[in-house]
Amino acid sequence: MQDAVATSNLVEVDNVTFSYDERQILKDIELVVPKGKVVAIMGLSGCGKTTLLRLIGGALVPDRGEIRVAGQIVNKLSDAELFALRRKMGMLFQFGALFTDMSSFDNVAFQMREHTNLPDSLIRDLVLMKLQAVGLRSAADLMPAELSGGMARRVALARSIALDPMLMMYDEPFTGLDPISLGVIGQLIRRLNDSLGATSIVVTHDVAEALELVDYVYYMSAGKVEFRGTPDEVRAAGLSSLKQFVYGEPDGPVPFHYPAPDYQQDLLAQ
Amino acid sequence: MTRRIAELLRALGARIVNNWIWRLGFACRFLWVTLKESGTSFRRFHLTIREIYFTGVLSLIIILVSGLFVGMVLGLQGYDTLVRYGSSEALGVLVSLSLVRELGPVVAGLLFASRAGSAITAEIGLMKATEQLSAMEMMAVDPIARVVAPRFWAGVISMPLLAALFSAMGVFGGYLVGVRLIGVDEGSFWSQMQAAVDFREDVLNGVIKSLVFGVAVTWIAVYEGYDAPPTAEGVSGATTRTVVTSSLAILALDFVLTALMFRGH
Repeated sequence: MQDAVATSNLVEVDNVTFSYDERQILKDIELVVPKGKVVAIMGLSGCGKTTLLRLIGGALVPDRGEIRVAGQIVNKLSDAELFALRRKMGMLFQFGALFTDMSSFDNVAFQMREHTNLPDSLIRDLVLMKLQAVGLRSAADLMPAELSGGMARRVALARSIALDPMLMMYDEPFTGLDPISLGVIGQLIRRLNDSLGATSIVVTHDVAEALELVDYVYYMSAGKVEFRGTPDEVRAAGLSSLKQFVYGEPDGPVPFHYPAPDYQQDLLAQ
Repeated sequence: MTRRIAELLRALGARIVNNWIWRLGFACRFLWVTLKESGTSFRRFHLTIREIYFTGVLSLIIILVSGLFVGMVLGLQGYDTLVRYGSSEALGVLVSLSLVRELGPVVAGLLFASRAGSAITAEIGLMKATEQLSAMEMMAVDPIARVVAPRFWAGVISMPLLAALFSAMGVFGGYLVGVRLIGVDEGSFWSQMQAAVDFREDVLNGVIKSLVFGVAVTWIAVYEGYDAPPTAEGVSGATTRTVVTSSLAILALDFVLTALMFRGH
């Protein structure tokens, strides 16, 4: 797969290292996202997945290395160039991050109003089309507080595809959803990607859902890419930490206990 | 012993530098960026109008009612003092000058800080905590231009108007108590006021004060909100800091401005 798509990658992360203050989060990350594909970045909570997404979106700047999106080096762009590039990106945040002072309709219309001079009647049609795509046209007038978690996530999804982005990024899209909403979101990610002709990056630790959905998987652990491959390769992989992750085993290479001094000694210390 | 004192001094210095000077530097840079990104607030003035509604119009009730009561108290207290010198007709002058020069801007500013300033901080802080500001940034919209600047300008525009309304309401309260209730001569109440209150020296200086307070309060409010740690505790702390810092800032600035405007005759 790597060779076949080497010439048509939308996102290329090249040898990227990143730290917050002293704490190193990402070490020499190499990652490519081919055009038109849905790629999952999986790993335990706190392994640097979301940070990687923020780096690709240009919200953070790496200490070392290069991030290219559509041929442009994200970490070298000026603010204006970065904002121009972001108009072609959509991002779904972990809990939707809808603007709570606006209705669903206004949330979806937000980018159209900010970035285009389209007349109101056209914006209305476009917004209803986006809401229809996520099955929530009738919720247009509801405020975010009146939506359930799953509905809010779908409205946020409609908002992030408002300007038909070439790159969609999903930050933990399945967190906290009931099984039905979870399935709906998963299906929407795939369907929207294919119908928009977009490319998607899904950051998640929801193994079962992600393996059904995506074309390719990067498995990260402790700031490094430990494994890469198709969903079938992931299921068949012999890597013990990945196996523990995929099958949700409580103990293994990732210990159940947070590193601590000897238990017996700790109890007897008094 | 000397070492202990040296350590204490060092800790104190570090606290002052980290808590105050650093933050003041950040706040100044933040104000600069806000001013630089203010184009949108005026080009799309409806954004600012909407915020004027939330900060200004919704503060009207508390400002008007407080103004009325402060004026009525001034009427009672002022009469009580003036009548001892046989100059109760000067009540109008006393009420209007105290309000226009001092109490109007200061009390309206304090009320504005607790009513509107805290709301601005809490709103921006919660928008940050729920990733709404990050989402906006990812949508290629600058949150400083879209969220912060309209709120800032709304506060700066609202504050002098609220202070003026506070003073007007206060004068009316003084009139109700002084003239209607106690029976001070109506003609001298108004005519003495008209003769003694100078537009430039009194009214305009009051407006300048309220404008300065408006800048200070909203600057503190938007900065604290934007800088708030994205947690429940962080937002509540920032809201408290907005009220405390802006109240102190109003009182300190009031002294400085009064000293600058003081003519001593």
